[in-house]
Amino acid sequence: MNETYRAVAEFAQTWGLIYFVGLFVCVLIYALSPSRKRQFEDAARMPLSED
Amino acid sequence: MTELNSSAGQGISGSGATEPGVDQSGRKRMTFGEGGLAFIFGVLALACITVAAKAQDSAYAFHAYLSAFASLATVFVILNRYIDRPAQLPALEIDGKPNYNFGPVKFATLAAVFWGIAGFLIGVIIAFQLAFPVLNFDLPWIAFGRLRPLHTSAVVFAFGGNVLLGTSFYVVQRTSRARLAGYLAPWFVVLGYNFFILLAGTGYLLGITQSKEYAEPEWYADLWLTVVWVTYLLVFLGTLWRRKEPHIYVANWFYLAFIVTIAMLHLGNNASVPISVFSPKSYIVWSGVQDAMVQWWYGHNAVGFFLTAGFLAIMYYFIPKRAERPVYSYRLSIVHFWAIIFLYIWAGPHHLHYTALPDWAQTLGMTFSIMLWMPSWGGMINGLMTLSGAWDKLRTDPVIRMMVVSVAFYGMSTFEGPLMSVKAVNSLSHYTDWTIGHVHSGALGWVAYISFGAIYCLVPWLWQKRELYSLRLVNWHFWISTIGIVFYISSMWVAGILQGLMWRAYTSLGFLEYSFIETVEAMHPFYIIRALGGVLFLIGGLIMAFNVYMTIRQPGTVAADTGARTPSLVPAE
Repeated sequence: MNETYRAVAEFAQTWGLIYFVGLFVCVLIYALSPSRKRQFEDAARMPLSED
Repeated sequence: MTELNSSAGQGISGSGATEPGVDQSGRKRMTFGEGGLAFIFGVLALACITVAAKAQDSAYAFHAYLSAFASLATVFVILNRYIDRPAQLPALEIDGKPNYNFGPVKFATLAAVFWGIAGFLIGVIIAFQLAFPVLNFDLPWIAFGRLRPLHTSAVVFAFGGNVLLGTSFYVVQRTSRARLAGYLAPWFVVLGYNFFILLAGTGYLLGITQSKEYAEPEWYADLWLTVVWVTYLLVFLGTLWRRKEPHIYVANWFYLAFIVTIAMLHLGNNASVPISVFSPKSYIVWSGVQDAMVQWWYGHNAVGFFLTAGFLAIMYYFIPKRAERPVYSYRLSIVHFWAIIFLYIWAGPHHLHYTALPDWAQTLGMTFSIMLWMPSWGGMINGLMTLSGAWDKLRTDPVIRMMVVSVAFYGMSTFEGPLMSVKAVNSLSHYTDWTIGHVHSGALGWVAYISFGAIYCLVPWLWQKRELYSLRLVNWHFWISTIGIVFYISSMWVAGILQGLMWRAYTSLGFLEYSFIETVEAMHPFYIIRALGGVLFLIGGLIMAFNVYMTIRQPGTVAADTGARTPSLVPAE
């Protein structure tokens, strides 16, 4: 039982961490990439520019 | 139920193929959705009557008859609607502009006002019951134990749920520039959801409960909600699918996360087996501490996704719209979204500190709760800073003020929550009224205020009035309710900390210093202050109901629903 716990904990503490940090970096790249600057500036005005 | 959505969609596209040039306009055909749904509800009515006849207790029989009656009424309404409607289903667009479907939105908005007042009223009653137990009158139906879930369900699921249904159907149409998907499906979602509320609420009063906090309705009500919720998801996705805008606006992401996650939580936490179809009683498949963990995985994410993600969607649409300013940082809103949905789902174990739950799970829950500080405050800053360049509206527009104060309360309660999830703090706060105070600073301050703001925006837009009946009344509502919230949360802070300290006070000989009843007596004055705070909040709700009623009754309509406020009395920026 204790061994199983240790294995699961070790997996979560390494790969879980890498997974979350990796995901977060992907989100940051998506959100902050200069090529999407215009698109997001337009999106910020979406509630205002309705017919 | 799932075919309802697609079939109604087919009905629309089918009628689109029959252009006015074709000489078939006189002939009307029932869509597969109309016919199928009427048939299903007819069968359901028969099934319900059968169950009612053999029901093992009278409360369950009452619910079966209620369902049978509702099913028959639905068949009647569907057929009547079919007879009354023109041959062609409503067009998706008129003159190149989307033909928005606001009927279900109007219903949900009015239902939210009604359930809000009902929920606040029951809250006031149970607050007085706690201060004066004699008010239970020794009647089982109105005992605190039955009224308390009625209060929580009425405010969270009935009031909050209708606000979310109404605003999500409004926002997804406006930001997609497309008509709501489905012909009967949106009405099925709104009416079916409110029928679920009726089943849940009457069930509590009659003693039907599965005793899971915020998930008290029994198996049959849960099944019904599952059908309604899946249809809700399909209507929402179907509308997004039709969108004219290439980009899906961030508010829709938050709504989608709310809908999908609530479906997942609902299924996980209600995995129960009824003892018979003729009995309301069921048993959950999880046992012991696993059951507790699933319950609080559900319970905390009901807060995270129902009361937070859904209402953040409201913030991201209604604050920019009302302030006439773009979102402060759209990039921040994207990071906010992904961070909050990935962190929230792990925070549940903090409800089970110092229990049989393994230590590591408790620590995990605590750690993720503390990490939530970041996205929560990022979102709060984004909401508040959207007013940059329009801060003067705080002074001139009480609706904006209400929404901005709501975001400030969001920041406050999402600061307090992680603090309370720290084990050392939790050892003092858990099981005390501090928790109740915390919940209400979030529920009254954040959820209710952003909802009031959305309702005050929506009513003139939906009923095509130039402006609300009275902004001065909104001002009165704001101040009376705010004083009520301050009474509520400050009395519960004092009461909770006092309670926690009394429970852990030892004498020099190592005995507990206070008996339990002494700690109960010490709460009395705070319970009275809390109840008075609740009365003030209820009065605010009544003022809003009057204002909404008078707004709808105002004569005349403005031609086009521009959605924007008439720019009047706006000083130079």
